[in-house]
Amino acid sequence: MPSLSLEITIGILKIFSFVVPVLVSVALLVYLERKVLGAVQLRKGPNVVGPFGILQSFADVLKLLTKENLLPSSSNKFLFIFAPMLTLILSLIAWAVIPISSTYVIANINIGILYLFAVSSFGVYGVIIAGWASNSKYPFLGALRSAAQMISYEVSIGFVIITVLICVGSLNLIDIVESQKNMWFAIPLLPMFVVFIISALAETNRLPFDLPEDEATLVAGFFTEYSSISFGLFFLAEYANMILMSSLTVILFLGGWYPPIDIFPLNAIPGIFWFVIKVFLILFVFLWVRATFPRYRYDQLMRLGWKIFLPLTLIWVVITSAFLFYFGLLPN
Amino acid sequence: MTTLIKYIKSFTLFELMKGLKLTITYFFKPKVTLNYPNQKGPISPRFRGEHALRRYPNGEERCIACKLCEAVCPAQAITIEAEPKPDGSRRTSRYDIDMTKCIYCGLCEEACPVDAIVEGPNFEYATETREELLYDKEKLLRNGDIWEKQISENLKRDSKYR
Repeated sequence: MPSLSLEITIGILKIFSFVVPVLVSVALLVYLERKVLGAVQLRKGPNVVGPFGILQSFADVLKLLTKENLLPSSSNKFLFIFAPMLTLILSLIAWAVIPISSTYVIANINIGILYLFAVSSFGVYGVIIAGWASNSKYPFLGALRSAAQMISYEVSIGFVIITVLICVGSLNLIDIVESQKNMWFAIPLLPMFVVFIISALAETNRLPFDLPEDEATLVAGFFTEYSSISFGLFFLAEYANMILMSSLTVILFLGGWYPPIDIFPLNAIPGIFWFVIKVFLILFVFLWVRATFPRYRYDQLMRLGWKIFLPLTLIWVVITSAFLFYFGLLPN
Repeated sequence: MTTLIKYIKSFTLFELMKGLKLTITYFFKPKVTLNYPNQKGPISPRFRGEHALRRYPNGEERCIACKLCEAVCPAQAITIEAEPKPDGSRRTSRYDIDMTKCIYCGLCEEACPVDAIVEGPNFEYATETREELLYDKEKLLRNGDIWEKQISENLKRDSKYR
């Protein structure tokens, strides 16, 4: 059956056309993070490997690959090795439904946003398995924190997404972007946009919500016992998740591949360019926030999630739907 | 009223925005990093770095083996043995500094009546073995030959404060 093998080849090529750019952007993002943090602290950041130090991340990967992979004797060996793989796989398969432009997407499924939500909820399994399989105090505490934190913030993320879905009337990510052709949802739904970005920080375990890997109290949190490339996989997954969450932000609120204003010189530029620019803008905000704020205390984190974000998003869902219903703007 | 302002401030993320504004101004400020091996910070003419034994311009050793440096050294890092030369002058036959003991106080330099032992401007002499840091007379004299130009310049610049 030549047609089937051809289809499989095309599918694999399509997957690589997503995975390779994502992994390269991870390397770039790590470099960018160190540069941004350096700049904010009046340092220069990495500037030795390659021009402006841009190859620093690749040198780091090589270093990680040459190190010994330690297996703690009291750990559950299978799960210990399995956890970083699971985390990385989950952070990569989510890219299947991310539309980079109106035609360029691996799987244009009608429940794209649900799929994304399911996969990102799975992400916590990698962390919990890692924390439990290490059979050590700090990873276990880190895993527990991570579980509680990710679940808490997924609730408010869920409501934010519901608000957007009410405005769009479809779960398809391409439809969501196309309904923002005239106005990005970041403008009418500004509070939800802010809540989403803050929740995305918590969801990806970024500062100021990086309690699962809080080095001041938990050494390195759930990956304390990991070394070499299994640590590298966690690292890769964390940054791939950051890019995923920021592209989700771009899709939900910043009009995906549409230019800021629909006029000639701007809309002649291909949509992929706009998409990438916006994703990196959001990532810059992530890094900027990291450079600015101290870490939240655990009870503050939970209070913010359950007592502020949850009521706020809930009220906003009601307000949005009431507004749309009253003015007859509800999508059919 | 104050509580209202407090609520408005916390819901508009006022304080957080202030923090973000501060960091973004720092983001664009000029950086203070020195690219160390290529770029070095300025050092004072009094800088107390690696030791060196100096010579007179005609190549004769300055050191007269008075052993004042050995006596004043608080860390007892200096060991000197002396014997008269064939021409009758008093010279050291052994002049060792244990750089692992030295505390870089500069007292040897100050005690020296003939400006023979000095602490030069060099601070990049890390070694891979401990033994390499046990300097003998030959090594110290070689340092003096290498750094003489800068050492004499520094001594001249610093002389009016001594």
